[in-house]
Amino acid sequence: MARSTAIDMRTRLQEWIPKIVLAPSVATTLIFVYGFILFTVYLSFTNSKILPTYGWVGWHNYWRLFQLPMWSVALENLAIFASLYIAICIAIGLGLAIFLDQKIRGEGMLRPIFLYPMALSFIVTGTAWKWLLDPGIGIEHTLHLWGWTSFHFTWIKDSNYAIYCVVLAAVWQTSGFVMAMFLAGLRGIDNEILKAAQMDGASNWNLYRRIIIPQLRPAFLSAFVILAHLAIKSYDLVVALTGGGPGWATQLPATFMYSYTFTRNEMGVGASSAVIMLMMIAAIMIPYLYAELKEPK
Amino acid sequence: MSAATPGNAVSTGRFTRVLIYVTLLIFALFYLLPLAVMLLNSVKPLSEITGGNMMALPKVWTIKPWLEAWSTAQIGVQPTGLRPYFINSIEIVVPAVVISTVLGALNGYVLTKWRFRGAQVLFGLMLFSCFIPFQIVLIPMARVLGLLGLAGTVPGLILVHVVYGIGFTTLYFRNYYAAFPTELVRAAQIDGAGFFRIFWRILLPLSGPIIVVSVIWQFTNIWNDFLFGSSFAGQASQPITVALNNLVQSSTGVKAYNVHFAGAIYAALPTLVVYIVSGRFFVRGLMAGSVKG
Repeated sequence: MARSTAIDMRTRLQEWIPKIVLAPSVATTLIFVYGFILFTVYLSFTNSKILPTYGWVGWHNYWRLFQLPMWSVALENLAIFASLYIAICIAIGLGLAIFLDQKIRGEGMLRPIFLYPMALSFIVTGTAWKWLLDPGIGIEHTLHLWGWTSFHFTWIKDSNYAIYCVVLAAVWQTSGFVMAMFLAGLRGIDNEILKAAQMDGASNWNLYRRIIIPQLRPAFLSAFVILAHLAIKSYDLVVALTGGGPGWATQLPATFMYSYTFTRNEMGVGASSAVIMLMMIAAIMIPYLYAELKEPK
Repeated sequence: MSAATPGNAVSTGRFTRVLIYVTLLIFALFYLLPLAVMLLNSVKPLSEITGGNMMALPKVWTIKPWLEAWSTAQIGVQPTGLRPYFINSIEIVVPAVVISTVLGALNGYVLTKWRFRGAQVLFGLMLFSCFIPFQIVLIPMARVLGLLGLAGTVPGLILVHVVYGIGFTTLYFRNYYAAFPTELVRAAQIDGAGFFRIFWRILLPLSGPIIVVSVIWQFTNIWNDFLFGSSFAGQASQPITVALNNLVQSSTGVKAYNVHFAGAIYAALPTLVVYIVSGRFFVRGLMAGSVKG
């Protein structure tokens, strides 16, 4: 009798161990992620300035946020930055992947060269490009010294074009990664289908347009989701490359949030901008993650 | 990425092939240029940079910028060089990587081999936490670190990186263990092996590759972090990315570009070395973070 209860206890303990092991991670996620999200959402409805305060002001902060010219600039910049960044990364990534997939000698050398920027910090990338793009000392200066004195490349100093410099540096950093995603997709395509289509006299152009690229749909989707979420979160690169300037020319929602919360002491407005950022990410990631998790049944 | 089948069955003409090689080489130059220029100019005296051509080889080779960036350059108000911040980064990264990987491995094991009702929902919640814009947690995190007495400290930053890293490490191990035959685990259970024994004796010995992937991913992410470092670190606990930014952005005095470049390379070196030594796993980590493993 005593023995069977001991066994019983042991099995019950065994049943509980997995849950006990998982508990700390679940608890920290619930508190530090979802609890914190709720707290920030709450703050966005309060009159918090330098520190959190709890005076309820309703939608006032959101109303004020969308009146602020700097927020409009940040949203506009995000639209320009995100669309160009995603489109160019996908174009370069797909192009390089298709080219690398043509039995290229030295592929093993080229692939890591295309991909290494992804291992660097955006602060390092920003430092390097800030200098290359600086007209007085970087690319423009060099081309002048080489005799092309009419060459002008002053985008980083020009508030109409500075955002394109951010695009350039961000594309440099991430396009190799997109290449790796597409290359993995290409390597997964069945060669028999290609051989058959070639036998039927399909040109290379048609082969890619009609057969290969349509099969890369999952890679396109993943690339889009990852790049879009990186674009919305972009912060370090802007800080290192332009500091948000000249003027407000390269402000993005992430830099806006930081400056309103921690330097302008408008925590309520800062919190509301963070909530908008979260909603943008959620709109992209939740359907994607849901589909990814659902599939394996 | 499977290197097993390089190239496809598409055949191309000679002219197209030349075009392809030229394009690939141009892009290789594009990716290499910034790093090469930084390296080249970090071994030049400053006068050769401001007065000369960035693409030219140094007339006078010098390692002074490297020494200066390491131990004497002005960072913020202190002329300490990057060394103390490099050490801070190591002190933050090593425990954060170890703890988040261990937790990720155990979570992945539970979520695949000891499934219970609601496990999928919990995993979904942890997974989404990888992708949130961290701006949404900055304000409460600053408060909580203050309440815990960890504001501006290395342990505080370790905590932050563990908390926001376990989503990814759990994802890696979960996907890896999902492919592992559950029958083996059940058989061991019938033989009387307990939870930890099965993990230790059966799963862990076969987890080498995914541990490497997880460690590399966490190492790269945490080493390169800037947002948490600049939000939560104190003067004495700043990671190298924050210190590098302070060095480069300092507005006082002459801009010592050569010192900035040497500093940037110090900050880049650990992750670059990891990438060069184990690029294969690095790519696998990136891919697993974006598509189902």
